[in-house]
Amino acid sequence: MSYLDFVIEYLPKLAGGAYITALQLVCASALAIVVSLVFGLMRLSRLGVTRGIATVYIEFFRGTSLLVQLYWIYYVLPLMGIKLGAFESGFIAIGLNFGAYGAEIVRGSIEAVPKGQWEAAVALNMSPGQRMRRIIIPQTFPILLPPASNLMVELLKATALVALITVVDLMFVAKQINATTWLSAQTFGTALIVYYAMARFVLTPFLRWLEVLAARKVGKA
Amino acid sequence: MEWRWDFTIEILPRMLSAMLNTLLAAGIGYTIALVVGLIFLLGQRTKFRLCNWIVRECVEFIRSTPLIVQLFFVYFVAPQFGLVLSAWVSAMLTIGLHYGTYLSEVYRGGLEAIPRGQWEACRALNLSPARTYFRVLIPQALPASLPGMGNYLVGIFKDTPMLSTIGVVELMHTANALGAETYRYLEPYTMVGFMFLIISLPTAAWLRKFERYVGRSMGITK
Repeated sequence: MSYLDFVIEYLPKLAGGAYITALQLVCASALAIVVSLVFGLMRLSRLGVTRGIATVYIEFFRGTSLLVQLYWIYYVLPLMGIKLGAFESGFIAIGLNFGAYGAEIVRGSIEAVPKGQWEAAVALNMSPGQRMRRIIIPQTFPILLPPASNLMVELLKATALVALITVVDLMFVAKQINATTWLSAQTFGTALIVYYAMARFVLTPFLRWLEVLAARKVGKA
Repeated sequence: MEWRWDFTIEILPRMLSAMLNTLLAAGIGYTIALVVGLIFLLGQRTKFRLCNWIVRECVEFIRSTPLIVQLFFVYFVAPQFGLVLSAWVSAMLTIGLHYGTYLSEVYRGGLEAIPRGQWEACRALNLSPARTYFRVLIPQALPASLPGMGNYLVGIFKDTPMLSTIGVVELMHTANALGAETYRYLEPYTMVGFMFLIISLPTAAWLRKFERYVGRSMGITK
């Protein structure tokens, strides 16, 4: 079987897997963005308790392995009466895990906004909510996006792990094809190329575009 | 399902000995990655444009694809070319190569932080490239690279559970086996989580201390 025949025969299946991978990426990153905003802001709170909760969350999720968290959510939570499907468990675990990393990026970028901006907002008699929404947060985007882009590519790579809890993503499909045909070089090689193409030619250009956009919005481009 | 302490105590010895395998895997993988990273770094800084470009693209490719797919690739494809690698060997090779690309980026960042004058001074003193790198540049690049290197040490440790998927007997593999034997997944999986926490948090804290120590002894930070 030539490689071309292989591609023609199995491309539809692989494309289906890639679609699920893309869905996982979208759901997990949406959750990760929410989690990182919430915990990133909590880390900057004036209340010690709030800060403490956020620190425990972040250290806990960064200190253990994503795969362990994935297995725990999928196999152990049902024993406690919380039943989640494979797909949901997958993106929830990834979202919670990457949210912890993202929270540190959010915190760092807010702290990187010059002090004068805070003082000016106070001097203009803005409420804390207005200050954050209209002055501080918009200025964090250009600082936050480059490390967030790196994290996003990491997140795409991490979605391959959901295959281990039976989500039928690209990795899972590749494993299936490998098990029936034993054309390992073709199967896993193609999977690698598809992951590479998604990261390099879809995700990265999109994030670069966002970075340029954000820089332009605050007049830095 | 309730937590059973007697079961926890019963499986603890097996979990602890599996933990040693996890630490061993992380240690070997990191050692390989340190060397591979240096090779990738130097491969991108040769006189030959083509070589630099090829190495650069290889690094990009390995960096942008999931480790787990690479593990399966190496483990299943090598035998097709008559090269039968055991699970341990293919795991160490893959993880070493994967993290090697990350470390080469860390080294590169460190080297780029060195002022141009240092390079020029080496040129002016007619030092050989080997001396330039090993006696002048690397000792200066090291403190700047340490935080990144430390992060990836913890990172490699946290990625070792993936090795269980191709049959490396480490912590996650043992937890799976215990679950299959006893139909109890609550304790093994939770213990794996806590054991990772117990090791990675102090390691991260210790690494921060070590960075400060090195920075101080090189006269860079106070």
